[in-house]
Amino acid sequence: MPDQLSAWQLILSGDPALFAIVKLSLAVSLSAAALAALVAMPLGALLALTRFPGRFSLVVLLNALMGLPPVVVGLAVYLLLSRSGPLGAMGILFTPSAMVIAQTILIVPIIAALTRQTVEDLWAEYRDELTAMDVGPAGRMATLLWDARYSLLTALLAGFGRAAAEVGAVMIVGGNIEGFTRTMTTAVALETSKGNLPLAMGLGLVLVAIVLAINAAAWGTRVWSERQVG
Amino acid sequence: MRAPVSDLPLVLDNVSLQAGATVILDRLSLAIAPGAPTLIIGPNGSGKTTLLRLCMGLVRPSAGRVSWGGRTNSAPVRRAILFQRPVMLRRSAAANVAYALAQAGTPRRERTAHIANLLERVGLADLARRPARRLSGGEQQRLALARALARDPEILLLDEPTASLDPAATRAVEEIVRMAAQSGIKIVMASHDLGQVRRLAGDVVFLVRGALCERGPAAKFLDHPTTQEAAAFLRGDLVI
Repeated sequence: MPDQLSAWQLILSGDPALFAIVKLSLAVSLSAAALAALVAMPLGALLALTRFPGRFSLVVLLNALMGLPPVVVGLAVYLLLSRSGPLGAMGILFTPSAMVIAQTILIVPIIAALTRQTVEDLWAEYRDELTAMDVGPAGRMATLLWDARYSLLTALLAGFGRAAAEVGAVMIVGGNIEGFTRTMTTAVALETSKGNLPLAMGLGLVLVAIVLAINAAAWGTRVWSERQVG
Repeated sequence: MRAPVSDLPLVLDNVSLQAGATVILDRLSLAIAPGAPTLIIGPNGSGKTTLLRLCMGLVRPSAGRVSWGGRTNSAPVRRAILFQRPVMLRRSAAANVAYALAQAGTPRRERTAHIANLLERVGLADLARRPARRLSGGEQQRLALARALARDPEILLLDEPTASLDPAATRAVEEIVRMAAQSGIKIVMASHDLGQVRRLAGDVVFLVRGALCERGPAAKFLDHPTTQEAAAFLRGDLVI
């Protein structure tokens, strides 16, 4: 199995091309997860705590959008950012910024839907106490988001995992440019089709290791937090 | 600075509450004024919890009127409630009290002293840093009392706070309630424990099937009830 051997060699020798790709992937997906959390968590909490006509449909839509295909998001962002598109003047198509935008859009529904569910469940538990303490709408949102922080970390990691693992959106809006917008997933796709299996496998191994580390972190946080807050 | 408004007297004027076809409270009139603790007693399902929730303003009556110090706006100003199973915020014991103080409008720089004082009052000073949800049932109940007292209430509503506690924990809670009453807080407490009524009550409100059956000074009610239902209840008969 010479291919697998050289894959390990690439990782262990600290191949600069490989690590540049890993670094960019993490930077893009972590930025997307952070941005998405800023938008999605208040949005999810707001949706959990308000009642208005059409709310039911919005919840269903949000849940459905969790399965949004990355290529569709990529295409939509491509159309927005292309030269002739409405945001074409920004000139950020085929840059890491475009990739962050696409991944953010992709995972906002995931984080928002999970936040809504979490906050709504917690509200059912907290409603009487918070009403008796005369907590206003903004205070309720802040209290519930804070008290659900450990569950919300899981939602955040789910979003990050989705962003780190997707190919379609970053491929379309990033263009898979070597040394600039090439991520782990697009590189694996490209290198496989080129027959450069060692690099593809090396990247694949790193990707799997990251996914494992994320899940270990999520599980560890859960266990630790249960010990902390009961 | 506290708002110059009062939640007393608490007046229920011909209040009814229905859920679907079920009548939970039936044309109940009651005035709660400052004084010794008022204990609400009655068989299970007689509407004690619902009455307390109405008094707190957590539910609206289907008919009739509830007013606090003459106002019908239900925002709690100087009243607090202790639920039978209080919900602990996912924070430390001290942070739970801090939260209640913040909500009651206590200035930030005064909170630390208040937290220590309130935890001392309920005997939890040593457990300040413990996560609230890791406390025992009795400790949680006392922490919830500290949270309620943080609102500097004129009226404190309690829904069978000792129902699931052992005698030692019950005594601790009763002691805090007694001290609160002595400090001038009007106590309105639901109970199913006649011993507790004897220990704490100034007067008694006796409910049967959501209606006010009898009201009077505790000693008189316990020894010389005027209604058949009350006499049967005190004998230990099932009152339906």
